[in-house]
Amino acid sequence: MSSEETSGPSLDELKGMTDEERMLAGTEADDVHVLYREDRFPVRGTKAEKRAERGVALAFLLSAAGGIFFIVAFIAFPYHWHLPGTPQNFRFYTPSLGIGAAVMLIFMGVGMVLWAKWLMPHEEVVQDRHDEPSAAEDLLIIDSTLKVGLEDTGLPRRSLILKSLGLAGGAIATVPLIALVGGMIKNPKDELHYTYWRRNKTLFPDTDGRVPMVYEDWRRVSPGDLQPGGLATVFPGVRNPGFDGKNGVDSGSSPTLLIRLRPGQVVKARKGQANYGWPAENPEYIAFSKICTHAGCPASLYEQQTTRLLCPCHQSQFEVLEDAKPVFGPATRSLPKLPLDVIVENGVQYFVARNDYNEPIGPAYWDRK
Amino acid sequence: MTTTAAPRRSDAPRTPQGKAGKFLDDRLNMAGPIRKQLNKVFPDHWSFMMGEIALYSFIVLLLSGTYLTFFFDPSMTEVVYHGRYTLLDGIPMSRAYESTLNISFDVRGGLIVRQIHHWAALLFLAAMIVHMFRVFFTGAFRKPRELNWLIGLGLITMGLVEGFAGYSLPDDLLSGTGLRIANAIMLSIPVIGTWVAFLVFGGPFPGTEILGRLYIAHVLLIPALLAALVGAHLALVVRQKHTQFAQHGRTETQVSGERVFPVYAAKAGGFFFIVSGVITAIAGLFQINPIWLFGPYVPSQVSAGSQPDFYIMFLDGSTRLFPSWEIRLWGYTVPAVFWPTVVLPGILFTLAGVYPFLEAKLTKDTAKHHLLQRPRDVPVRTSLGVMAITFYLVLLLSGGNDLIAKAFDISLNAMTWGGRIAMLVLPPLTYLITYRICLGLQRHDREVLEHGVETGIVHVLPSGEFIEVHQPLGPVDSHGHGELEYAGSPVPKRMGQLGAASPLRHVRGFFYPVTEKPEIQAQLDELEAAKYASVSAPASVLDAPAVEASTGGEHSEH
Repeated sequence: MSSEETSGPSLDELKGMTDEERMLAGTEADDVHVLYREDRFPVRGTKAEKRAERGVALAFLLSAAGGIFFIVAFIAFPYHWHLPGTPQNFRFYTPSLGIGAAVMLIFMGVGMVLWAKWLMPHEEVVQDRHDEPSAAEDLLIIDSTLKVGLEDTGLPRRSLILKSLGLAGGAIATVPLIALVGGMIKNPKDELHYTYWRRNKTLFPDTDGRVPMVYEDWRRVSPGDLQPGGLATVFPGVRNPGFDGKNGVDSGSSPTLLIRLRPGQVVKARKGQANYGWPAENPEYIAFSKICTHAGCPASLYEQQTTRLLCPCHQSQFEVLEDAKPVFGPATRSLPKLPLDVIVENGVQYFVARNDYNEPIGPAYWDRK
Repeated sequence: MTTTAAPRRSDAPRTPQGKAGKFLDDRLNMAGPIRKQLNKVFPDHWSFMMGEIALYSFIVLLLSGTYLTFFFDPSMTEVVYHGRYTLLDGIPMSRAYESTLNISFDVRGGLIVRQIHHWAALLFLAAMIVHMFRVFFTGAFRKPRELNWLIGLGLITMGLVEGFAGYSLPDDLLSGTGLRIANAIMLSIPVIGTWVAFLVFGGPFPGTEILGRLYIAHVLLIPALLAALVGAHLALVVRQKHTQFAQHGRTETQVSGERVFPVYAAKAGGFFFIVSGVITAIAGLFQINPIWLFGPYVPSQVSAGSQPDFYIMFLDGSTRLFPSWEIRLWGYTVPAVFWPTVVLPGILFTLAGVYPFLEAKLTKDTAKHHLLQRPRDVPVRTSLGVMAITFYLVLLLSGGNDLIAKAFDISLNAMTWGGRIAMLVLPPLTYLITYRICLGLQRHDREVLEHGVETGIVHVLPSGEFIEVHQPLGPVDSHGHGELEYAGSPVPKRMGQLGAASPLRHVRGFFYPVTEKPEIQAQLDELEAAKYASVSAPASVLDAPAVEASTGGEHSEH
């Protein structure tokens, strides 16, 4: 690495130089040419120099002051959150810390930049790029070195070693991948096809396996709970965890919208699903999966006037009176409809699901039937 | 203590720094290489700061992120909240959400670090994107820098993934909604989608695994990859040396600027502090991602106006605009989500990746380039870039089209249709407009070189004719037309740029005259006089080439 310096000054010459001259000799050795170099204040002790020096020092002092303010605020300012209506002085905590730290950092930076701009020598420097391709000699030599090296290994001749090595290398590359991915693989089986609304005679023998509808807090849902035109989010009342480790209320697939129509509103039902509502012959209550058939967000904004359900994620709109058919936006399929029924226990009417949705809920996937 | 027996060598260091230096050099032999690095020259231009901002925000991200890991727990175990934010008291939530609340309310100063981390992430992505624009429009990606363009593209891609993983971790209502959509995107991949989604989430959404996996990806895997890519990116810049704008005295074979030590190091170091200070100020003063207002994630709930962070918004927008085209063939389904969220970004990033090679092929340009181009001088590329940015912006704005609809009282459906039409119509339109603007700017440059700068002085000739006086920029021919060639560098357009009128120069000494002590003033005057003497002497030498140039004779430049 020092070979290129041979053209530069000799050691004895260097010893006879000033520091600056030696530094410049070093730049020349690196093909860095200082075209112009000027002390910003060639005469020491001018007012202008002192002003510049004081300016830089002031920035550093402000920086230190910002740091001190941060420490004081961090220790002394109140930061406990309090309910609205009580003293809200904790609200100044984060802004105070921010201002303190920001002053500390920004003035540190400003000080350094001004120092470089005001006080350090002004230089015009160019450096040679040396962008030309490698020397023809080097190219020839590296080419031969690689060739001979490869020849020394014998790989081009010994195809047996080459092939077996390839196999071993492939195995070494694959095994960690298999080990990790294999450990993470989970067979989807039919888990996307069904929800917790599926009939379950072991859990609900009294209702012939039909799943009771509950609210988020496990209260059971009765027809009288809703005003005409109202809606509620209901869940399957399955308490024990199922295939996804969640119970009926926590599961991502089971949220369902129960809608009570207003008098006179008639739903244009899908083929074969006319009796999914309750009462079956002239439905007043209907229930749809809340999970948007586009990307799986809950389609939960219901406009009573236009009877449309809106998904806030990508603005798919579903017309409730047409059995939640998509009428605008990127969704393609209607929201699946849950077959409803009502049972009477101790003289009170409760909703149950007659059966699971007859199609997979939520976003589509490759092997969706 | 005994005195040294051997006679002290004359060049043995005596100062502590000298001794430390000798200690290191005896072991590492670094005097030569270190000098080379200290003397390295970096050019200076405001537009080169974009990459620096990205680098410094990345450092801020690493520091603030490390702090956050001391308090954050990515567990999805259900707990009941009894913390200081009493509005959520008694609510069941995941441990991840609870620990994020604790960082915001119970850890002293935790909230500002959370906000620094989030704001720095936004700045990191924004600076990278703007840096990419700079590199594109100035042609800095051309040979020999195509590899660094690809590394940069990798950085932006990984930055998007890292950001998404990060804002998904707190397990609040907004981040859970984002994960729900990510799950749907995975499900939409043909053939393997279902298996991919189950592999990543460990079962049906939401499962119990995803946060832990996102966490290790967010704090270890992707940052390691990002750091490696940043390292490679910078190593290539050092190896290939920085590009620079064309200007008087700048050539393809040299790089002009400041040496690393001390001036560039002081400026860059100072700029790091300024960038981190500005992030801190924003983080202290402007709230971001107030997860306590969103509540914990519950699959059955969502809030209106659910927007991802800005860098994901173009994908949200494309998903909103894409029509409801679901393909069902032979019992299999390709969902509509697949096209705008998997295929579209795939196409966009592939196009960006092949662009340098495509341009070189189409323009048959195989030369190396170290001088940057002015965007106006390459109208086709500039217009293509503006076209791409327009497309991107339409998608980005469509990602918030519900908020725009609400703010301006526009129909939401009209916003969607507007976005669909704008996505197709605006890009070609902006291409044409940009092309025209580039040509106009080119022509104006030539006009100024030919006729000079407008002085604003109008003369009335005795004949009553009005003529406008121009200041030529160089020698003129007998018709008063300039003879300067366009050299790819900015052409002065106003008299102020020629030094004729710059009010800022006279600010110093505005309030009180700058007077020095007499003896100092005498020295200053002496220096000034010497400077003029040295300048006036070679002035005749400076004139000489201009005279010779007309003869067309070959002569060395110095």
